Amino acid sequence: MDDLYRDYILEHYKRPRNFGELEPHDLEALEHNPLCGDELGVHIRVDGDHIEEIRFHGHGCAISQAAASIASEELKGMKLEEVGELDADWMIELLGIPVSATRRKCALLNLKVVRGAVTGDNGWPT
Amino acid sequence: MPSVAESRLSVRADFPIFERRFGGAPLIYLDSGATAQKPRAVIEALAAHLAEHNANIHRGVYPLAQEADAAFESARDRIAAFTGAEPKATIFTKNATEAINLVARSYGAARLGPGDAVLITQMEHHANLVPWQQICRERGAELRYLEVDEHGELSLAQLDAELARGDVRIVAFAHVSNVLGTINPVAEIAARARAARAVTLVDGAQAVPQMPVDVQALGADFYAWTGHKAVGPTGIGVLHGRRELLDAMDPFLTGGDMIASVSQLETTWNELPFKFEAGTPPIAEAVGLAAAVDYLSGLGMERVREHERELTELMLARLAEVPGVRAVGPPAGRERGALVSFTVEGMHPHDIAELLGREGVCVRAGHHCAQPLMRCLGVAATARASLGVYNEESDVDALVAALAKGQKVFGI
Repeated sequence: MDDLYRDYILEHYKRPRNFGELEPHDLEALEHNPLCGDELGVHIRVDGDHIEEIRFHGHGCAISQAAASIASEELKGMKLEEVGELDADWMIELLGIPVSATRRKCALLNLKVVRGAVTGDNGWPT
Repeated sequence: MPSVAESRLSVRADFPIFERRFGGAPLIYLDSGATAQKPRAVIEALAAHLAEHNANIHRGVYPLAQEADAAFESARDRIAAFTGAEPKATIFTKNATEAINLVARSYGAARLGPGDAVLITQMEHHANLVPWQQICRERGAELRYLEVDEHGELSLAQLDAELARGDVRIVAFAHVSNVLGTINPVAEIAARARAARAVTLVDGAQAVPQMPVDVQALGADFYAWTGHKAVGPTGIGVLHGRRELLDAMDPFLTGGDMIASVSQLETTWNELPFKFEAGTPPIAEAVGLAAAVDYLSGLGMERVREHERELTELMLARLAEVPGVRAVGPPAGRERGALVSFTVEGMHPHDIAELLGREGVCVRAGHHCAQPLMRCLGVAATARASLGVYNEESDVDALVAALAKGQKVFGI
């Protein structure tokens, strides 16, 4: 089996969870990966102190789409203050594949967008 | 038509990097549009200059400095001769981007104002787009675009219509598109622009490495290119300009070497080309680039073009046989430069490049610094295989085989 393109990565790429738009939504953000021009946006509906519903949209490679899909399942129900604490390691571990330096931004674009929507800090996760 | 045996080059042995192995596999380099590999002649010329002739230029009177001066000016003469240009109107810059910025600033900013327009094309690399955006914004001028048609080509009728509006001062366009491979009709565009009293700037970064270029015959007012794509070193670009225009322009960067005399409040400029070469120029790089153009001249640029044209046609035909592959740019049978950009259904270009890379096949993926063009094509990104003098038919075979293998990983 392929180290990077594992079955579950390709499964999430081909059939991403929580993909699309969410109307109405409370929070949103849209980011580009300057490397490839890929685009990833997120809509979030908040219930009290946590994420009630999340949808992402845009286009990207298998790594970035799978990262968004896998993370969306974890993010649903998460407290907003916890989202602000999420770091690069969280995303990479969640993906469960060896991400090379050149593909790191693909893996982290989704977290950058989500953190941007929730905290307003749109820097790259470290 | 020369026979295959006559036109095909076989020069891989001239390029030491092809001795490398990647996990036991040879290097299949299909990214020459980004940067070309270097022949031994260039590597040795660079090393020999640094080892034996290194000194700063234009200031030393000792013998070593005279050697450096002679090496630098001989390099300029050979580089100018390679592209049919006049040495005095051949300016060394850092790269093609800087050469274009030089024109945008020193020519454009001083002459553009409200009511004027700059005409560029939808196929421009950001290097020939962002500088004009900036200058137009600063000067209150309008930036307009020539469209790319379904064959990836420009329309001369649209050019005429734009020029007929009477406000176009500058027409800036690529000789060869780095995404589509389209070869634009430089001489025709330059002649029409001149008739409308607009100056032309040609981005020749992709053209000079792959075809004979004679800037005086083409008739463009400015022609920019870069060394590293033409099997030369990084850190050196070239701007050829029409002498009377360069003479009338103010310098781009200021500092040492570009002055005639400096007093506390005023400076007069040095003569061409030095007026535009502030500070210590890329001396060793110029020597390396001269070795590069000598190398290419030795192969013969007609032969280089024929070699790469045949391989490009082959690549286009072989890619068309792969299910799900869609090539962009001029269709088979039309003139095109030595590259093919393509998409694969169900696979993002980044994933294509990653999977090809594992097989030792180097291609580029992304927007290729041409985001507006990507939007016109309706794609976010493409994969691009671009050729150099050292590529052979076996590289095309390797590309197609690696692509099929990659599709298998994706269950396609």
